[in-house]
Amino acid sequence: MDSKKQNKIAIGTLYGIAGLVVLILLALLGYILASGLPQLSWHFLTAPAKAFLKGGGVGVQLFNSFYLLILAMAISFPIALGAAIYLYEYARDNWITTTIRTAIEILSSLPSVVVGLFGFLFFVVKLRLGFSILSGAFALTFFNLPLLTRSIEDSLRTIDLEQREGGLALGLSRWETITRVILPAAVPSILTGVILSAGRVFGEAAALIYTAGQSAPALNFADWNPFNISSPLNPMRPAETLAVHIWKINSEGIMPDAKAISSGSSAVLIIAILLFNFAARYVGKRLYKRLTSA
Amino acid sequence: MSEEILTTQDLHLYYGEKEALKGINLNFDAKGITALIGPSGCGKSTYLRTLNRMNDLIPNVTITGTIKFKGENLYAPNADTVEIRKEIGMVFQQPNPFPFSIYDNVIYGLRIAGEKDKEKLDAVVEKSLRQAAVWDEVKDHLHESALALSGGQQQRVCIARVLAVSPEIILLDEPTSALDPVSSSQIEATLLNLRHDYTIIIVTHNLQQASRIADRTAFFMNGELVEVDQTKNIFMNPAKKQTEDYISGRFG
Repeated sequence: MDSKKQNKIAIGTLYGIAGLVVLILLALLGYILASGLPQLSWHFLTAPAKAFLKGGGVGVQLFNSFYLLILAMAISFPIALGAAIYLYEYARDNWITTTIRTAIEILSSLPSVVVGLFGFLFFVVKLRLGFSILSGAFALTFFNLPLLTRSIEDSLRTIDLEQREGGLALGLSRWETITRVILPAAVPSILTGVILSAGRVFGEAAALIYTAGQSAPALNFADWNPFNISSPLNPMRPAETLAVHIWKINSEGIMPDAKAISSGSSAVLIIAILLFNFAARYVGKRLYKRLTSA
Repeated sequence: MSEEILTTQDLHLYYGEKEALKGINLNFDAKGITALIGPSGCGKSTYLRTLNRMNDLIPNVTITGTIKFKGENLYAPNADTVEIRKEIGMVFQQPNPFPFSIYDNVIYGLRIAGEKDKEKLDAVVEKSLRQAAVWDEVKDHLHESALALSGGQQQRVCIARVLAVSPEIILLDEPTSALDPVSSSQIEATLLNLRHDYTIIIVTHNLQQASRIADRTAFFMNGELVEVDQTKNIFMNPAKKQTEDYISGRFG
């Protein structure tokens, strides 16, 4: 066979594989949206779920998902940022950093159901936090921390060594160089990583089933005192998220419209994650422009 | 002979086991331009980077000997690298403006040092950019990204950025090797303007450049300082055969 022919076959095969991947994605998205979109309404997005009757919504679950996401991010982002700065900017290669890196690798490949069971034993039972948003947020932190640390470290890596030398050569300290030169330059890419990991956290179910729980008590959206049990902000209440809700309806839902609610919830979840992804690109670009030529 | 601002005595530098500088003795008078020339890998850039302790960033580097700036040992245990680098600024081979506006690039050092007075900052920006001979080209877009400038303009903004923190010594590590001839000659003109006010030490691969701008020239080879003299003497009448061979292009 001559090399031209080989080339054609190779390119054709690669096109075929790429096309197949896109096709699978489009088919999934299309199916979920086609079956889910008709269920969506303002009522569906805001009403609480009903256990036995028709016409329940996912309002509480949707709120829980966002609240849990924000809490989990608030806990994991500062830690991940600190860890990434230490690992990339300060640490020299020795057995300690090798150990940390290996730990991060292993942690990031841990199945999320294992993280969930660990969270159940440790946060829910041992620390007596119960099935609560807080337990869920800690479990999600475990799930999220390695991914976020790695993505921030990669963001720092994209900034040239010359930038660091430039900062130091001006008489900035190492810390000033990092906080005033490197981080601003890396912010767009860090933000993109944060938003993408937010998408993963938002869709996570297994880590939450045993930590944040599977019940969504009705919330009083007029009560914003975090110490009241029916307040949406109370971090100690059990909180079923959208992803967990989908799993639960499909495994043990007994409401007559379970199928429709499951489809609708899936569509909401997918749309939210798509929005995260688009937002990541848009905000990243905008922010880079603003930070670099304001 | 004017006062010696920077002195190096018996400076050795090792990358791990490899000795990259083999006992350099070299002193610099205040003001004027000194060029460091020599074949690739001769240690001239390494030497330059010891002068403001930029080699500290590289792991496994060992340095012995003394470098004194105005009589203070730069490698004394209590030496403050941040203060040293404020006095001894550096411009790199690759223009490395921060990804901010031109204005912010120039005042970055000052702003972080705590200067807030807008008028003063404006004045420093204009003065530094004028000194670096780039003011006329950028004055109408000070608040646009420095990354949008040409390489030569970026390099002159980087020089202005160093000037803004008013150092005594400016180190330049092959500042024109990534630039086109026109930009290079603009940088050279800039440096000639600055030579009366600053002590400038420049590493260059370009012998013509050294002969055009330097008051003194030092020739390095294999980690050793072969010869240092007035530029005219180095080029017209070198004392060592190695220097003559290098200048006349017989090797390197």
